[in-house]
Amino acid sequence: MTSSAAPARLARVLAGRALQAVGVAVLVSGLCFLVVQRLPGDIAYRIAAGRYGYDLVDEQAVAGVRSELGLDQPAWQQLLHWLGDLVRLDFGRSLVTHQPVLSEVGYFLTGTLQLAAVALLLAVAIGAALGTAAARRPGGVVDRLTDLWVAGVRALPAFLLGLLLIVVLSVHLRWLPSAGQGGSTTIILPALTLALGLSGLFARVTRDAVVEVRRSDYVRFARTKGLGGRLVLLRHVVRNAAVVLVPYIGVQAVIIIEGVVVVEALFSWQGLGHALVHAVFWRDIPVLQASALVLALLVVAVNTLADLTVLWLDPRPRGQEALR
Amino acid sequence: MTVVMVVGLASGCGATRADDRGGDTLRVVGPFEIHSLEPTATSGFFTRLEVAETLVTADLEGNLAPGLASDWSPSQGGRTWTFELVPDVTFHDGTPLTPEAAVDSLETVRRDEASPLAAAPIEQIAATDTGLRFELSEPNLTLPAVLTHYSTMILAPAAYDDDDHVSELIGTGPYRIDRIELPASIEVTRFDDWRGTPPEIEKVSFQSVSRAESRALMATSDDADVVWHLEPAGRQKVEASDGVSMASTLQPRTIMLKVNNDHPILGDPDVRRALSMALDREAMAEAVLREPELAATQLMPPSLTTWSQPDLAPLEHDADGARQLLESAGWEADDDGVLTKDGEALRLNLLTYPDRPELPALATAIQASAKEVGIEIDVEVTNSSEIPVRHADDTLELALVARHFALVSDPLVTVAETFAPAGSEWGVQNWSDPQLTAAVDQLLTGPSEDRAEELRATIVTIAQEQLPLVPVAWYRMNAAVQDRVEGFVFDPLETSWHFSQVRWAS
Repeated sequence: MTSSAAPARLARVLAGRALQAVGVAVLVSGLCFLVVQRLPGDIAYRIAAGRYGYDLVDEQAVAGVRSELGLDQPAWQQLLHWLGDLVRLDFGRSLVTHQPVLSEVGYFLTGTLQLAAVALLLAVAIGAALGTAAARRPGGVVDRLTDLWVAGVRALPAFLLGLLLIVVLSVHLRWLPSAGQGGSTTIILPALTLALGLSGLFARVTRDAVVEVRRSDYVRFARTKGLGGRLVLLRHVVRNAAVVLVPYIGVQAVIIIEGVVVVEALFSWQGLGHALVHAVFWRDIPVLQASALVLALLVVAVNTLADLTVLWLDPRPRGQEALR
Repeated sequence: MTVVMVVGLASGCGATRADDRGGDTLRVVGPFEIHSLEPTATSGFFTRLEVAETLVTADLEGNLAPGLASDWSPSQGGRTWTFELVPDVTFHDGTPLTPEAAVDSLETVRRDEASPLAAAPIEQIAATDTGLRFELSEPNLTLPAVLTHYSTMILAPAAYDDDDHVSELIGTGPYRIDRIELPASIEVTRFDDWRGTPPEIEKVSFQSVSRAESRALMATSDDADVVWHLEPAGRQKVEASDGVSMASTLQPRTIMLKVNNDHPILGDPDVRRALSMALDREAMAEAVLREPELAATQLMPPSLTTWSQPDLAPLEHDADGARQLLESAGWEADDDGVLTKDGEALRLNLLTYPDRPELPALATAIQASAKEVGIEIDVEVTNSSEIPVRHADDTLELALVARHFALVSDPLVTVAETFAPAGSEWGVQNWSDPQLTAAVDQLLTGPSEDRAEELRATIVTIAQEQLPLVPVAWYRMNAAVQDRVEGFVFDPLETSWHFSQVRWAS
């Protein structure tokens, strides 16, 4: 943030987002609870299967689970109980693993954030490079090739793209591990899978933004002023294009966070997608609510961050809304 | 958890790689996740990895063998059992294994309804000077076998938190925990104060990878030394690559149809027999399991040598015979070719679950086989816990399940539960036979070996004639093992993975 940003405006953005966060938290918790209650099947049996494996699920084991977790209470009591705990920031323990929910969700969140961050960096790098190159000569060869790239990676589902990458980079070239989560190289393939899919869109948006900015009056003025081509690109074109790009990156980050489920499953990456799927499967209500809550708040946080970045980047007089 | 970001590609390893890609760590990959440190919820993970031990264990043939107890003996006709502990055993935290510590572990798990020990008729477990004494409310000869179950692992007092949950896994085995990241990865290191021969492999890492395709890739691209449970396509891939080969063993697990024998249609033994005759088991086993020999000819797989009855007339595929049976039972085809009786169509619902990937495929094969003889089956693939739920409320018609007959090393315990007259979640439903029940009860009193053999034959024969459970296929476990691993043994009961016996190929 620069000191020239009007504090009032900053406060307004933050207050609005904070309110949004609280609303989202209550809504998501309630919805999760309702969904689990409406799902078919007996919750206690599901939890017992998650805990013990199905070979050991019998009536006695289930009765034990039911009495231990108070699943025979009416649903509204269980929901009030959870909301009360939420206000005290007590997320309780997983019904299946008996680990504190906070540490469990924190662990999965770390996994997802790492994956999303690396993927986003890669996507922006690949996309911005391609887009800027394409924008140098709109309609030229590079521009056409970029179009082809955009269409190609968008059309491939992440699942297929991931398998292709595994076959090429891990089975044939033997450069990277094909799955799992361990050494420093295991993140590359899943992140690359996500990044390639996104890079096409980034390339598209970057290209359009750069083309538009280059045609604008202030760039022409800067050129007239006698600044070199590279400086113009950096100081004016990139910065102005970034104003359009940042909110867009924000939206994409949200999509990544929600879209990791498939990639996490494919590469056995331990993240929130994994946690959500299992929590639904086992009816592990505390973990489900906490994971969904974290995902929802993550969306709010990313949007807030994008707002603040635009505030800071936008060279136009503060107080006008940035392009959306 | 820290992950070093490396953007760019690992350099220096092209298509030719050194054999020691895993270094001195045995890298193990499997589909199972570790959900919890609670002994009942570990699925045998820590006993298989040889981190924790039970009082009694089982050898590769399934015979009882000393674990933390050197010997055991019954008195009062099996109402009291005394176990002597192996002397001078140390837990991984350096504390000694005392009779009190062993009693505490067992008392804790006995309160957990999911442990088979909770069902044993135990009145009291007392510490003696050198071991433990179990006082039972009735004679019971299967107690040592129940004490082979992984949930009865003995952990150090420091392993438990204030409310008796396991917070840290401190066992006595040849390997101690280095790092655990639930649910997917574990690293263990050789325990230097282990009382036996020190293992040659210093470190073992386990990683959970749920997708079978990914596991097959890891096996063929040398990302793992031992990979459990590959599907047919992955097996072929491994067999075609160098430096890695498949190992397998029959497991005492039977894939079978659980039948509600009170059902208006299935209550008739002739309908059950017709359904059984309709099944082309060999074709199914070949198509789905890629191994026609896995077609079940009876309930007990041949790997359970004491139980399997080689002289029993096998279950065979006979579609014409099935149609005749149904006809003589009063089922007639209507205009659409659907069999009906008293205005009721021969339609059944079959429940199964996807935890074992072959089950849904087999269910659809059963559906097709049954259709050939005029039996309509609707397949419903759902969560495994639906089966005990519908068993409890009696709405189940048919379910395709995979039943492990040696959850504890003596199959008798599981057989007794499977044929319990009151029914069992993963066994019979609304069916009992006085002769079979009497045979099970007699076996539990520990008759002479000749008599026991007769009784076992009686049980298996009655099950084959009445078909309260319709056997479909047996089960084979497999693993891909890298050539750099020597001395890998496959334990059909999965009591242990025996990594402490494994060596690096020189």
